[in-house]
Amino acid sequence: MTARVGVVTFPGSLDDGDAARAVRIAGAEPVRLWHGDPELHGVDAVVLPGGFSYGDYLRCGAIARFAPVMEKIVDAAAGGLPVLGICNGFQILCEAHLLPGALTRNQHLHFRNRDQILRIEATGTAWTNTFQSGQEVLIPVKNGEGCYVADTATLDALEAEGRVVARYVGGNPNGSQRDIAAITNPAGNVVGIMPHPEHAVEALTGPSLDGLGFFTSVLKHLVGTPA
Amino acid sequence: MPRVVVDVMLKPEILDPQGQAVANALPRLGVNDVASVRIGRRIEIDFTGEPDLDRAREIADKLLANPVIEDFTVRLVEADEPADARS
Repeated sequence: MTARVGVVTFPGSLDDGDAARAVRIAGAEPVRLWHGDPELHGVDAVVLPGGFSYGDYLRCGAIARFAPVMEKIVDAAAGGLPVLGICNGFQILCEAHLLPGALTRNQHLHFRNRDQILRIEATGTAWTNTFQSGQEVLIPVKNGEGCYVADTATLDALEAEGRVVARYVGGNPNGSQRDIAAITNPAGNVVGIMPHPEHAVEALTGPSLDGLGFFTSVLKHLVGTPA
Repeated sequence: MPRVVVDVMLKPEILDPQGQAVANALPRLGVNDVASVRIGRRIEIDFTGEPDLDRAREIADKLLANPVIEDFTVRLVEADEPADARS
């Protein structure tokens, strides 16, 4: 049976179309979820896409956290539902306390839009199990508020528990502490990543096909998970 | 009716690049004696009835501020009181 992967659209989401396309290219069935609909429609995993949910008013992700669909996602994530938050989705996961820390204004204040090398460091997560540990991938980054911050104890715990999923290599685009580009929760089912794997799934538009691995990983994860 | 004012500031240990950018612009105004600038947010809340400070604190903690990176204070002011900057 084809896995069904939900992609949430918030008012202001931009990359929901690309995320759904990436899901389809990876071989799963994308299911569009609406922020105001408190229903997950039986999906096997969820992607929170990039963009500017609710205009990024107050703080990025702060208002999206209270969307009806998010309450369902927070509950389901506690039960092991794989959730990938990309860019604005990462911000929402932090605001929803599914991931520790916060994303703040890029240290240099400039919006950064470029192809970025990442080193994948955690390959045990639901979204990175098709990568090799230490593998370098090329994925677009495009953010204005992508500077990952957390207190030292949290950062040390992330490192000690192997929960830093990816780090920036060849230049940190936003000032993130310890070059952190992606992290996971203790169970490994929730991953937040600032760069955009859904923009690197086709030769025509992406700098590589490296992003596809995130989406094929969740399919592999779901096959290995008893229903 | 008194108004609830919530002030949200980045925690001291969190870098404030906006404030730094403003501080760096001040010499262009001929101001050279400012050591640092930090930027926060003031939110004014009018309740339909009596202002409820506990409720305002809850709103601030859950939504207005992100306790990971920000601190907040909650206080009452008279609604027709002029803003501090103009007083």
